[in-house]
Amino acid sequence: MARLDTSPRLDDPDALFAALMEVHRGLSPDASRRLDARLILLLANHIGDAAILAEAIAAARAAGDDG
Amino acid sequence: MRTYVSPNYQAAARPGRTARHPVVVAGGGMVGLTIALDLARRGISVVVLNAAATVGAGSRAICMAKRSLEIFDRLDVGARMLDKGVTWSRGEVLFHDRPVYRFDLLAEAGHHFPAFVNLQQYYVEEYLVDACRASARVDLRWQHRVVAVAPDADAVTLTVETPEGPYRLTADWLLACDGAHSTIRAALGLDFVGQVFRDRFLIADVVMDAAFPPVRRFWFHPPFHPDGSVLLHRQPDHLWRIDFQLGAEADPEIERDPARVRARVAAMLGPGVRFEIEWISVYTFRCRRLERFRHGRILFLGDAAHQVSPFGARGGNAGVQDADNLGWKLAAVLHGTAPERLLDSYDAERGPANDEDILHSTRSTDFITPKSEAARAYRDAVLELAGRYAFARGLVNSGRLSRPAVLVGSPLNTDDDAAWDGGVPPGAVAIDAPVGGTGWLLERLNRAPGFALLRFAAPDEADLPDVETIFITPEPQAGAAHDHAGLVAHRYAAVAGDAILVRPDQHVAARWHRFDALAIVAARDRALARAAPSRERSHGKA
Ligand SMILES: Cc1cc2nc3c(=O)[nH]c(=O)nc-3n(C[C@H](O)[C@H](O)[C@H](O)COP(=O)(O)OP(=O)(O)OC[C@H]3O[C@@H](n4cnc5c(N)ncnc54)[C@H](O)[C@@H]3O)c2cc1C
Repeated sequence: MARLDTSPRLDDPDALFAALMEVHRGLSPDASRRLDARLILLLANHIGDAAILAEAIAAARAAGDDG
Repeated sequence: MRTYVSPNYQAAARPGRTARHPVVVAGGGMVGLTIALDLARRGISVVVLNAAATVGAGSRAICMAKRSLEIFDRLDVGARMLDKGVTWSRGEVLFHDRPVYRFDLLAEAGHHFPAFVNLQQYYVEEYLVDACRASARVDLRWQHRVVAVAPDADAVTLTVETPEGPYRLTADWLLACDGAHSTIRAALGLDFVGQVFRDRFLIADVVMDAAFPPVRRFWFHPPFHPDGSVLLHRQPDHLWRIDFQLGAEADPEIERDPARVRARVAAMLGPGVRFEIEWISVYTFRCRRLERFRHGRILFLGDAAHQVSPFGARGGNAGVQDADNLGWKLAAVLHGTAPERLLDSYDAERGPANDEDILHSTRSTDFITPKSEAARAYRDAVLELAGRYAFARGLVNSGRLSRPAVLVGSPLNTDDDAAWDGGVPPGAVAIDAPVGGTGWLLERLNRAPGFALLRFAAPDEADLPDVETIFITPEPQAGAAHDHAGLVAHRYAAVAGDAILVRPDQHVAARWHRFDALAIVAARDRALARAAPSRERSHGKA
């Protein structure tokens, strides 16, 4: 049933991480939070599949609970 | 300036003896008056007890939805409301001072009534009162306050206070329409389930000559009120509704101060605009309902049964649909054409319908008044994206406006036994369309107060017991409604030979791609709860 692809798919993980750091540089906590929210909404719309999004939301939550 | 003077209705005399009545309605607000009028039209005599001496104070509900107007039209007060009200269907949402989202609730032509009419609640009530007073079957008793209720198995006894002292009366059926602070609900010790919101809002009704178009305008964080949202609506009489979000910490006493309200309005309108404040109200709201709307011989309607936030204009419009749903059922029980259990379907149908209103209203409120930093960040992120990207506009929620309930899964529905490509499924309300010269399909249905069959065929002799057939033809034909624009066939996804059974409240009960008198009678019986409820279709709550 699982359709959220959690296998490693990024060609250059370090570059993605750096890009995220870069876009948040110098932002206040509030502005950072809104930026992340905009990013999530853009990606969610791109994915467009409610079942996958629900799985991703649950997976994000669960990974935080374990930690 | 005062744009409205409340009528002063005379207190009714205190009756001498304890009389028994088939139906007593407690409360004469828009919901109590609507059901009283509906029952009267169906031949039932009704006593309406109203604690007040006049219509409700303040404009309160101003947005009357299309479905409410259609129901009012069946009760012969729709035209008056349409004449007096301000018609609108478009809305605009702004973020800071930029428009980010526009919507049109009824972009298509070919409907008698518009998506919405803005009309102060006191006018709605006054027009309903006038119609009730013109009816010999409505006994409207002003300044009669219900103070106690004693229900038993076959009647409800009420104690009523009047200026001349108390009296008792007995009712076969008591309809509790006594509003959010319902005496009857309290007397029965019934609880509400749901949510109470802490945010305070301020309503200012302002008289001014402004040239704004009749568009619902909603601002998030405008420059003139950076800490909250503002909603602007046009009403008749040069009256404008302005609704300011004040936040949870606001002090209602301070916020009600007219000088302070003036300053807020002046900041919004800009210099040089002259205005007068007509009504100020600081309010909070709740999204909640009774678990069950029927308690034996007592049925709850309107705000006495459920409450929502004003965003979406769902409160009064839901109450009018409650009345529409219950009126024909109670009349059928009293006329002996349906068993008492038909009244359980009022709860089975209006329960889920009100849940949907509560869900939408709660979601809108959560968007408008974010309760956490994360909620606030997502809300603002949506607004920041909406100016640029169409996908984000669908996420903007400044109130999802009232739509007629679709009674999905109702035990009164007969499921389709063949495929339909769209149209109006069982449980949905009949859609209007132009017929005949300048007439309307719903107008034609209004003249069939019981069950009606829309038959897409040339008139014939086929006779159905207690079902009035309305023939619909693409060409003009004697004895048929002429579907001259083809919109009836189009909106109902109907072809020649189809038949659609419509209940007295104009919800579709069943539909077929054939004419089958036995199936029609069976569907009518099911819609009257004559057939014993089968297990898998019963929707009773535990
Ligand atoms: C600011 C605001 C804006 C709103 N905007 C909208 C909108 O745009 N659209 C919409 O659809 N809804 C709106 N609503 C909601 C709407 O006003 C209510 O849902 C509506 O008034 C409910 O009608 P009702 O008849 O159930 O109750 P009420 O209007 O409260 O009427 C109750 C009646 O019962 C009588 N009564 C009370 N106690 C007793 C007693 N013990 N004995 C006898 N009589 C009694 C009262 O005198 C009154 O006549 C708004 C509400 C508010 C506050």
